[in-house]
Amino acid sequence: MSANIFLHELRQLRRSFVTWSAALLAVIFVFFSLFTSFTKDAALMNELLARFPQELRAAFGLANMDLATIEGYFAFSFVFCQLLMAIQAAGYGFGLLSLDESELRADFLLSKPVSRPNILTSKLAAALVSLLITNLALTLGTFSAIALFWGETVYNPGAILLVLLSGFLFQLVFLGVSLALSLTARRIHSVTPYALGLAFGTYVLNAFSGVIGEVKLELLTPFKHFDPGYIVRHQAFDTPFVLADMALVIIAVGLSYWLYQHRDIPAV
Amino acid sequence: MRVIEVNGLTKYYGKSRGIVDVSFEVEEGEIFGFIGPNGAGKSTTIRLLLSLIHPTSGSARLFGKDILSAGAGLRQDIGYLPSEVFYYEDMKVIDLLKYSASFFKGDCSKRITELSDLMELELGRRIRDLSYGNKKKVGIVQGLLHSPKLLFLDEPTSGLDPLMQRKFFDLIRRENERGVTVFFSSHILGEVQRLCSRVGIIREGRLVEVSDIRSLQQNNYKKIRLNVSGENPVSAELPGISNLQNENGSVQFFFRGDINTILRKLASTDVKDISIEEPSLEEIFMHYYE
Repeated sequence: MSANIFLHELRQLRRSFVTWSAALLAVIFVFFSLFTSFTKDAALMNELLARFPQELRAAFGLANMDLATIEGYFAFSFVFCQLLMAIQAAGYGFGLLSLDESELRADFLLSKPVSRPNILTSKLAAALVSLLITNLALTLGTFSAIALFWGETVYNPGAILLVLLSGFLFQLVFLGVSLALSLTARRIHSVTPYALGLAFGTYVLNAFSGVIGEVKLELLTPFKHFDPGYIVRHQAFDTPFVLADMALVIIAVGLSYWLYQHRDIPAV
Repeated sequence: MRVIEVNGLTKYYGKSRGIVDVSFEVEEGEIFGFIGPNGAGKSTTIRLLLSLIHPTSGSARLFGKDILSAGAGLRQDIGYLPSEVFYYEDMKVIDLLKYSASFFKGDCSKRITELSDLMELELGRRIRDLSYGNKKKVGIVQGLLHSPKLLFLDEPTSGLDPLMQRKFFDLIRRENERGVTVFFSSHILGEVQRLCSRVGIIREGRLVEVSDIRSLQQNNYKKIRLNVSGENPVSAELPGISNLQNENGSVQFFFRGDINTILRKLASTDVKDISIEEPSLEEIFMHYYE
């Protein structure tokens, strides 16, 4: 790894992780501020939800959610955080190497006495640190919000922490997969559509495949593998899925190193 | 010592041609001109030598080391000025140059100041606010700040005003006097003529000629213009004659070969006026593209 590339890349990401952290905190605070009105009628709400068809509840991420507890409500809110986190991580993955090429400055970096694996490692490290900072901000924000809105209420911080931890692993999947995808394209002109496409695509796959019927498409999406409702209820990850995802990340990143090493950098 | 050795280097982008079977050598301390129109394969050759792209076949050595196996350390002594310069738009010039310098051994800050002063580059401005010419200057300083032993210049003068071009040429000459080998790609023959000692001509991906710039000019061709009153004595069938033009008794052609044969031929004609001169490199060059 090269410290100069790492620091340079981290500086380039500075505005990004500040913005994403702020957006995630906003989601948490908005949802939590609505919670008081939810809890008053939580029992009623749960009862009402139970009457909806299972498919509809699944589609809105409400299956297996206990909205009466802090953990349950947090799990419900976290799905929306996941959507943002997926966009952030996919954006990093797609942009990590392609931005240099689409903004035509790849020649600058690659004509320096530094190997491509070294460049990729340094850039990956910067992206990981940026994601870690975002997750840290989200963790601190979540516990502050809980203290702020509920003060005395008893809850299970372990379950909350587990969900928050899952957020980082969840992002690794999007980072790794989108990085590998970006290297299979000859040129990526703009990162945002790809990142949005991957994030919303996998989200919708999870939300609506239950509605469609028997085909278990949702098994393909990290939104299913890292279902915060499941984590809160079981106080554990859905281990086989999470392990499979981590294996996928390793394969995707390994593949990325190979593809990058053999890549022809497109000329102007 | 041979600084650049290229052996049968070939690059195809899928099915489209990059360069085909290009071989040449550049000795240490040379300024080697690489000439050809746009799309001939000049940039492809440079980008192959810098390992930005990978060859389909063939091999190349820089400083005696194979480019595929030597690793990134090889580029420690190489400076590169791309034909189009693009950098991190939101960075200040000085920060970009420092970032660039951080990849190389040794302290480059003195060189940065010297070169920027020479090229009249303002270090405090943001890259995004720079004109094309000024970005090019950033590229020049960026390519030279680590005192490389081998310089790749890809169409270096586009965007520079004539005054800057002259300063730039002086700079390259000075570097060359220090022993720096220069690989200078261009489609403008005048500047190659001014700067280079040898020249390679590339056409549609193939190297058609590598030649000393003087011998290319002197030994091969004469440009002959005649004014005759009677019948035109020369015809295109004569050996060595090319580009024959005939307008109302004013005849012009290139001749290559023993000059006596053409003089004997002319001696029997009533010539009103004659001029025999060196063709410009431009004219020789056009010859390769017919």
